[in-house]
Amino acid sequence: MSADTAILAALATPLIGGLLILLTGSIPNLREAVTLVTAAVLFLIVASITPTVLAGDRPEVTLLQMLPGLDITFRVEPLGMLFGLIASGLWIINSIYSIGYMRGNDEGHQTRFYFFFAVALSSAVGVAFSGNMLTLFVCYEVLTLSTYPLVTHHGDANSLRSGRIYMGILLGTSIGLLLFGMVWTWHVAGTLNFTQGGILEGKADETITVALLFLYMFGIGKAALMPIHRWLPAAMVAPTPVSALLHAVAVVKAGAFTVVKVIVYIFGVDFLADTGATEWLMIVAAATLLIASVVAMRKDNLKARLAYSTISQLSYIVLGAALVTGTAIIGAGMHLAMHAMGKITLFFCAGAIYTAAHKTEISQLNGIGRTMPITMGAFAIASLSIIGIPPLGGSWSKFQLMLGAAEGDHLVYVFVYAASSLLSAAYLVPIIARAFLLPPEAKSAGAAAAHEGGIQEAPLPCLIALCTTAVGAIALFFYADAIAALLAPITGPITG
Amino acid sequence: MISAHLPILQVVVPLIAAPLGLLFRRTPNLAWLLTLVISWLTLAISVALLAQVLTGGPISYELGSWAPPWGIEYRIDILSAFVLLIVSGVGALVILYARQSVEAEIPGDRIYLFYTMYLLALAGLLGIVTTGDAFNLFVFLEISSLSSYVLIALGAERRALTAAFRYLVLGTIGATFYVIGVGLMYQMTGTLNIADLAARLPDVVQTRTMLVAIGFLTVGIGLKLGLFPVHVWLPNAYTYAPSVVTAFLAATATKVAVYVLLRMYYTVFQGHLFAPLPVDEILFVLGILAMLAMSAVAIFQTNAKRLLAYSSVAQIGYMILGISLVTVTGLTAGVLHLFNHALMKAALFLALGCVFLRIRSAKVDDMAGLGKAMPWTMAAFVLGGFSLIGVPLTVGFISKWYLILAALEKDWWWLAAIILISSLLAVIYIWRVVEVAYFRARPAEAPPVTEAPLFMLVPMWALVLANIYFGIDTDLTVGTAARAAQFLMGVGS
Amino acid sequence: MNVLGLFNYWIVVILMMAGFYVVIAQENMIKKLVGLNVFQVAVFVFYISMSKIDGATAPILGDEFEVYANPLPHVLILTAIVVGVATTALGLALIVRIRDAYDTVEDDEIQRIEETEA
Repeated sequence: MSADTAILAALATPLIGGLLILLTGSIPNLREAVTLVTAAVLFLIVASITPTVLAGDRPEVTLLQMLPGLDITFRVEPLGMLFGLIASGLWIINSIYSIGYMRGNDEGHQTRFYFFFAVALSSAVGVAFSGNMLTLFVCYEVLTLSTYPLVTHHGDANSLRSGRIYMGILLGTSIGLLLFGMVWTWHVAGTLNFTQGGILEGKADETITVALLFLYMFGIGKAALMPIHRWLPAAMVAPTPVSALLHAVAVVKAGAFTVVKVIVYIFGVDFLADTGATEWLMIVAAATLLIASVVAMRKDNLKARLAYSTISQLSYIVLGAALVTGTAIIGAGMHLAMHAMGKITLFFCAGAIYTAAHKTEISQLNGIGRTMPITMGAFAIASLSIIGIPPLGGSWSKFQLMLGAAEGDHLVYVFVYAASSLLSAAYLVPIIARAFLLPPEAKSAGAAAAHEGGIQEAPLPCLIALCTTAVGAIALFFYADAIAALLAPITGPITG
Repeated sequence: MISAHLPILQVVVPLIAAPLGLLFRRTPNLAWLLTLVISWLTLAISVALLAQVLTGGPISYELGSWAPPWGIEYRIDILSAFVLLIVSGVGALVILYARQSVEAEIPGDRIYLFYTMYLLALAGLLGIVTTGDAFNLFVFLEISSLSSYVLIALGAERRALTAAFRYLVLGTIGATFYVIGVGLMYQMTGTLNIADLAARLPDVVQTRTMLVAIGFLTVGIGLKLGLFPVHVWLPNAYTYAPSVVTAFLAATATKVAVYVLLRMYYTVFQGHLFAPLPVDEILFVLGILAMLAMSAVAIFQTNAKRLLAYSSVAQIGYMILGISLVTVTGLTAGVLHLFNHALMKAALFLALGCVFLRIRSAKVDDMAGLGKAMPWTMAAFVLGGFSLIGVPLTVGFISKWYLILAALEKDWWWLAAIILISSLLAVIYIWRVVEVAYFRARPAEAPPVTEAPLFMLVPMWALVLANIYFGIDTDLTVGTAARAAQFLMGVGS
Repeated sequence: MNVLGLFNYWIVVILMMAGFYVVIAQENMIKKLVGLNVFQVAVFVFYISMSKIDGATAPILGDEFEVYANPLPHVLILTAIVVGVATTALGLALIVRIRDAYDTVEDDEIQRIEETEA
C-alpha cells in the first residue's frame, strides 16, 4: 500500500469500523471485537506511513475541491504523523480499557458509544493529516460534534448542562473566531495550505498578524487557553474512557496540535519571532499554566483535578509554540506525546478506582493503595511523568521546553515551567501519599476489604490498559530521541 | 423542436395542469399523482434550461412570436435558470412528500384544492422568474400570491385564516407598490420590457420620478420577500399554514422575491440607482438588523415552526446583506445563500411536518423524547440545523464563507464579526429544539409515537443529503452563483 | 407646469392615502378590504391618466385623427382590474370563513381572542 492510499485508508478505517459497530450492535462480544480490530488496523496503517515521513517525503492526497482554489487535502508531515500515531495507538489500549469499564459499570447505549468513538477517531486522524486549514477546520468541527453524544452519554440533567457548555464554547469559538481567522487568512494570503515557513510573511502587516493570532488562539477552543477552558472540566461528566482518550488525548491534543501547526505552518516561526506578535500569547499561556495548576490543587474531585491539570499541561504546549524558537517548538511537539501517555494513565486509574471502589473524590482515597496496588502504582508512575521526573518521558519534553525558553531569552518562562512542575507535584503527590500512607477510613467498603487483606482491583481489561500506558510513560523516556528526530524537520529550512 | 419552447413550457405546463386538479375532487390521490408528474416534469424542464443557458448563454423567447418590446419576452439568463432550478427542485421534492402530510392536515374534501392551488403557485413563481416583462411579472406575482393566500388558509387552525387575510392585505399593498414603481418607469421610458428598460433608464435615473419609482419598488418587493421590518405577515403565515405549504413557501416564495429585487436593482437599474439613492446602505442596515434581531427573537419562540419562521427572516437578512454590498463576492454570497437557504429551510420544515404528522403539534415542548421515537426525522432536523448554523460539510458553511469573504474584501471586519455572532444565535435556537427532543423523556401519559412513513422520509432526506452534497461539491452552486453575480455586476462573461 | 396642471396626480395621491389610511385605521376587515380597493383604484387612475395626451383621441384609426392616446396602459389596467377583483373575492371569502370561526370580523377583537388562546 502506498503512503497516499494509506492516508485515505486511515481516514476510512474508523468510519467503516463505526458502521460495522452499528451492524453488530446486538452482539456485544462481536461489536467489541470489531472495535479492537479497527483500532489495531488503524494503528498499523498509520504506522505504515511513518517510514515514508521519516525519509523526508510528504505523502499527499486531495479528495475534492470544496471551494474554488480550496481543496480537501491531506498531507502528512512530522507533527501530524506524531499526533496520528499517538491517537491511533492509544485507541487500541483505550478500547481494551473501555470494554472493562463499560461492562464493569453497566453503562447503557454502548453501541452508540463505540460508534461515535470511532467517528471521533476518524476526525482526529483527519485533523492530524490535514494539508490545509480548511481541511483541518472541517475535521475539527466533526470532532466536536461527534464527541457531543459521548460527553452527554448519560443523558441526565447534569450531562445536558455540561453538554451545553461543551458545545457552546467549542462551537462558539470555532465558528465565531477560528472561521473568521481562516477566511481572513484566505483573503490576505490567497492560500490556506500548511507551508513550511508560513504563508503570511510579507502579506500581513503587524496589526493583522496580531489580530489573526488572537482569532486563531482563542478560536481553537480545544487548546483550552483561559478563559475558554470551561468546556474541559464540563466534559468530565462523560464515562471515563471518553475523558481518557478524548479529553486527555484526541480532542485536547487536536487543539494543542492545531496551535502548533498554525504557528509553524500558517504564521511561520521566523515571521512571528521577527514581529514579536506572540508576546501576549506567552503571557496568556503562562497565566493559564499557573492558574490552572492552582485551581487543580483545590479540586477534590479526582477527574476535575486531572482536567485542570490537563488545561495547565496544554498551556505548556501553547507556551512552547508561542516562544517561537526551534527548540521550544520541538519541545511542544514532544510534550504532545509525553503528556498524552501520562495523562491517559491517570484517567485510566481514576476510572479503575471508580469501577472497583465507586469513589470519585480524592478525600475518599485514603489507603486505597492497599486494595488497589497496581492501579495506584501506575498512578504514581504517570504522576511522576507529568511532574517531569526522570526516568520518565515527561522529563525530556519539559527539559526541551525550558531550553527553548532560555534560547529565546525568555528567562521568566523558564521559571514559569519550573514553578509549574512544583505545582503539579503539589496537586499529584498528595493523592499518592494519601493512597499509600494514610490508613483507610474505617467505615468505607474498601476498608473492610483491606482489613481482610484482600485485593480489590478493577476488571482485568482496565488493568492491562493502565499498566501498558504506565510502562509506555517509562519507555518514552528512552525513545524521546526518536520523537525529536521525527520532529526535527518542521522548523528546519524551507524545502517545500 | 420542443427544446426551443422550453421557456414557455416551464410556466404553461403547471398553469394548465392546475385547473385539471379540480377534476379529482373525490380522488385526492389522483390529484396528487397529477401534481407529482407535473412537478417533476417542471423540474426536468428547469434542468434542461439551466443546461442550455450554461452552454449557450441567455435564452430569449418571443411569446406568440411577437417581437419584443411590443410582445412579451421570456428571458432566461444564468440567474433565472438557477432560481428556476431551486423553485422546481424544491417543488418536486415537497410534492413527493405531500400526500400523507396533506391527508393528515387538510380535510379530505379540500385536498384537491390544495393541489390545484399548489400548481398555480408553482406556475406563478416560475413565471416571475422566466418573464422578461416588468408588468407580466406583476401578473405572475399576483398569481403566486393569491394562490399562496389560499394555501395558507388551508391550515388546520382557525388562526390560519387570519394569518392568510393579513398576508393578503400586506401582499396586495406590496404588489400595488410594485405596479406604481413599474408605472413610473414606463412613464419615463415608454417600455415595460426589462432589457429595454435597462437600455433607457440610465439616462433618466437621476430624475425625481425614478427616485420615487425606486422607493416604491423597494418597499413593494420588500413586503413580498419578508424584509425586516415589513416581515410582520411572515411568522404567522408560516406558523399556521399546513406543513407542506410552509416548507414550499419558505424555500421558494421569498427566494423568488429576492430574485425580483436583484433583477430590478442590477438588471434594470444596473446598479446606477445606488448613486442617487442610498438604497444599498438602507438595505445593508436592515439586513444586519434582521440577522441580529430576528435570530434573537427566534430564540424565545415556543412553537418550532414560528422559531424557524423568524430564523427565515434572519436568513433573508443574510441575502439582503450580500446584495447590498454591491460587489461580485457579495452578490455571489447572496445568490448562493438563496439556493442554500432554500435547501436547509425546506429540509427543516419538512422535518417539522413529520413531527406534526405524528404528534399533532409543532410546539417545542411537545417534542420531548422524539429523538428516540422518531430517530430519522430528528436526525434530519439536527443535520438541517447544522446547515443553518453553518457547520462545515453543509451548505450553510459555504454561504457563510462567501459572506464573510465579501465583508473582509471591503475591510469591514466588524461586519464579519456580526455575521458570525448571528450564526451563533442560530446555534442557540437550534439547540433548544435538539435538547428537548433528545434529553427530555416523552411524558408517560403521552400516546406512543412511531417514525414518519417512508414516503415522507425519503424526500426529506433527499433534501438533507443535498444540504451535505452541495456543502462538499460546490462546483454547480458556487460556479453558477459566481457567474450570475458577474453577469449582474456586468463584469466578465 | 403649475400645481393645478398636475391635478391628476393630486387625485391619485389623495385616493391612495385615503385607501391606505382605511386599511391601517379600520379594525373591520370588510372596511379594510374596501380601503385596499380604493388604494388599488388610485393606481388604476394613475396609469390611465398617464396615457392621456392633450388633443388626442381614443386610439381608433380614422383619417381625421392624427394623435392617439397610448392604448397600452388601458390594457395593463384591464389586467390589473381582473387581479384586483380576484383579490377582493378571495379576501371576502376569507372574511366569511373568519366570521364562521371567530364570530366577528373586527381585527382587534380577533387579536384579543388569539392572545388569550396563545
